[in-house]
Amino acid sequence: MTEFLLEYLPILIFFGIASAMGIAFLVLPALIAPSDPDPDKTAAYECGFNAFEDARIKFDVRFYLVAILFIIFDLEVAFLFPWAATLIEMPDATRAFAFFSMLVFLGILTVGFIYEWRKGALEWE
Amino acid sequence: MTESFAVNFAIAAPEVFLAVATMGLLVAGVIMGDKSARLITWLALATLAGYAALALAGLANGAGAAFSGALVADRFAVFAKVVIAIGAGLTLLLSDSFMQKEKLSRFEFPVLGLLAVLGMGMMVSAGDIIAVYMGIELQSLALYVMAAFNRDSLRSSEAGLKYFVLGALSSGLLLYGLSLIFGATGATDFDSIAAALAQEESLMFTIGLVFAISGLAFKVSAAPFHMWTPDVYEGAPTPVTAFLAAAPKFAAMALFARVLVGPFGEFIGDWQQVIVALAGISIGVGVFGALAQSNIKRLMAYSSIANMGYALMGLAAGTQNGVNGLLIYMTIYLLSVIGVFACILAMRRKDGMVEQIDDLAGLSQTNPGIAVALSMLMLSVAGLPPFAGFIAKLYVFMAALDAGLVLLAVFAALGTVVGAFYYLRIVKLIWFDEPAQGFVRPGRTVAYTAFGSAALAFPILVVFIFPLISQAGAAASALFS
Amino acid sequence: MILQAIAFWILAGVAVSAAFMVVAARNPVRSVMWLILTFFTTAGLFVLIGAEFLAMLLVVVYVGAVAVLFLFVVMMLDVDFVELKQGFLQYMPVGALIALIMLAEMAFVGASWAASRGEAAAQPPAIPVSASNIEAIGAVLYTEYVYFFQAAGMVLLVAMIGAIVLTLRHREGVKRQDIGKQVGRKRDEAVELVDIEQGEGIG
Repeated sequence: MTEFLLEYLPILIFFGIASAMGIAFLVLPALIAPSDPDPDKTAAYECGFNAFEDARIKFDVRFYLVAILFIIFDLEVAFLFPWAATLIEMPDATRAFAFFSMLVFLGILTVGFIYEWRKGALEWE
Repeated sequence: MTESFAVNFAIAAPEVFLAVATMGLLVAGVIMGDKSARLITWLALATLAGYAALALAGLANGAGAAFSGALVADRFAVFAKVVIAIGAGLTLLLSDSFMQKEKLSRFEFPVLGLLAVLGMGMMVSAGDIIAVYMGIELQSLALYVMAAFNRDSLRSSEAGLKYFVLGALSSGLLLYGLSLIFGATGATDFDSIAAALAQEESLMFTIGLVFAISGLAFKVSAAPFHMWTPDVYEGAPTPVTAFLAAAPKFAAMALFARVLVGPFGEFIGDWQQVIVALAGISIGVGVFGALAQSNIKRLMAYSSIANMGYALMGLAAGTQNGVNGLLIYMTIYLLSVIGVFACILAMRRKDGMVEQIDDLAGLSQTNPGIAVALSMLMLSVAGLPPFAGFIAKLYVFMAALDAGLVLLAVFAALGTVVGAFYYLRIVKLIWFDEPAQGFVRPGRTVAYTAFGSAALAFPILVVFIFPLISQAGAAASALFS
Repeated sequence: MILQAIAFWILAGVAVSAAFMVVAARNPVRSVMWLILTFFTTAGLFVLIGAEFLAMLLVVVYVGAVAVLFLFVVMMLDVDFVELKQGFLQYMPVGALIALIMLAEMAFVGASWAASRGEAAAQPPAIPVSASNIEAIGAVLYTEYVYFFQAAGMVLLVAMIGAIVLTLRHREGVKRQDIGKQVGRKRDEAVELVDIEQGEGIG
């Protein structure tokens, strides 16, 4: 167990350095940089003139559709990792079964993909 | 695993057929476009018939379990699947003309209905807590989308969103409970869980069971987990409400019975009080909530809460008679509620659908056929003899009394009396009040479904009740063997 | 071993406080940022118990996709968040009560587990130490648990249909590129040859 965790030591060190640097970049300016705010300096910058409206505007729902479809295929890919990692080492009796079981899974999602495509969900306009 | 592939496949044949046919319909629908909605609906009905037929055909091979016990095909599952297919089929049939008139007709609707049925099939034949969860999720996700199907209507979107948020919460509760059960027993399939529990029962298991029961109670809309029901019933398009009220309720109740009397049957002491409380509160909330309603769909929501309470009474008994009563009750409720919703779908004036109870006034003069059907169904749901609802109630009451739940039975009987008031109020409105503006003539499917359901509630009852009772009895005994 | 314990307490502490900040932050965009921190630290906890694959999934799926979608929604939606928070104090007592009950239950479970620790039934199921997390999952997911695996496929299919049914709209009068039509164009549809007399024009 410890041996396994030691493999992650570089990542831990990386995180340590990253957070140290992140904190440093936040703290140092507060200590060293000259700070003389006034309302115009702290206002939101929009090409030099005053901001027209609130930054929060309603966005087209199509953005979400694209994002959700992305998540679904992202999950599909997540299922592929263990399959790819283990298929070659499986005993012969189960390898073919595991292979085709993934093909069926991909087939189900391909049906969904055909649906999306024909429905025009993948086109922007 | 691979050797037994053919065996597994044979046992899972109904589900495999349903999944493949559904995907076929999806592709066919998207190629033909929304014009094909009617055709797809009819093909979906054929698919459901095939599903039920395959489930029945599987019965010839005797009970069996596929995929290491995750998919159980016993008489209980087959009975439930046939009833679910009937319920889903009739409600899909009802939806067609409504969807055409409201310009909602899209081929995805029957496809989503079939996917929900697939989830329900997984639920009622679950032999593993993962299968329980996957089945519930598959069914619920399809239902959330169906509830929000009229996306341009604020009420429908609200219904879908509320249903989704509360459904997600209940799934969370269920999952938490199931994971505690797994933690306590180290197994996911019912047999191993039962075996592990026989050795040692822990507090972790008890708490997990309570959480799992709470999650399931959400799905059957038993009080105090009923909050979503009135809003969703009211907001969803009427055929969707009919769909929600029929098959999913039956499936969730059957799953409830399978989980509780299956692996946890020995531990009735742990769950009986919880179910008794759920049943009692549901009956109370249902009947008193219904008294104040003026919208007929909300009224049906409270009515369903109360009816779930009566059905849970059978489960609370925890005996074979109790499960038998539960199945009879739910089957009769399902057939009646479809008829009631067919009548609600007939409430259409020239300028659109109406849903107020007062709109039914004087229906006997403007549309005597629907008036007779709705009155009979109301009397049946109220539990008056000689209608089907009476026999349904009789069986659950007998089971509860046999199990010594006298207090619950007395409370439920009082609830029936209070409940009779609002059902009779509708009957009075229909027959004795000054007619309101008449409804337009309902379509053939709507009228025939209403008449058929009403006929089942009384005259045909004499013929079908005995096979129903014996089939339900055989199904219930499968859980106890 | 001591390093492991230190890592656990740091990660667990950060996870719990970040989760608290998700609820407590005034600005929902910051809530999502805290949520991302929660996901990351939870992923760290997964690594600590040897579940590398789950840790990776948490980062890839939850941080990479779900949290970004959340961020998207809260940044773009035109919602008055001050108004949304108004019921908060009103519902807080009930919420706190439920949270307390849940906490008590978890404490009970933990205590009962700790009490029966030595016993066989209280032990968690054996994890194959020889195989890594991803191999242990892969060894059963596609064969023994094939039913659940395919059911997951159906759930994803429902999600796809649902997302499209609820959000996809086709606008009228938008000019779309039709590649088939473009490629299928014949010469005689596009080109017209005209003989023109000298000095007369096409007229």
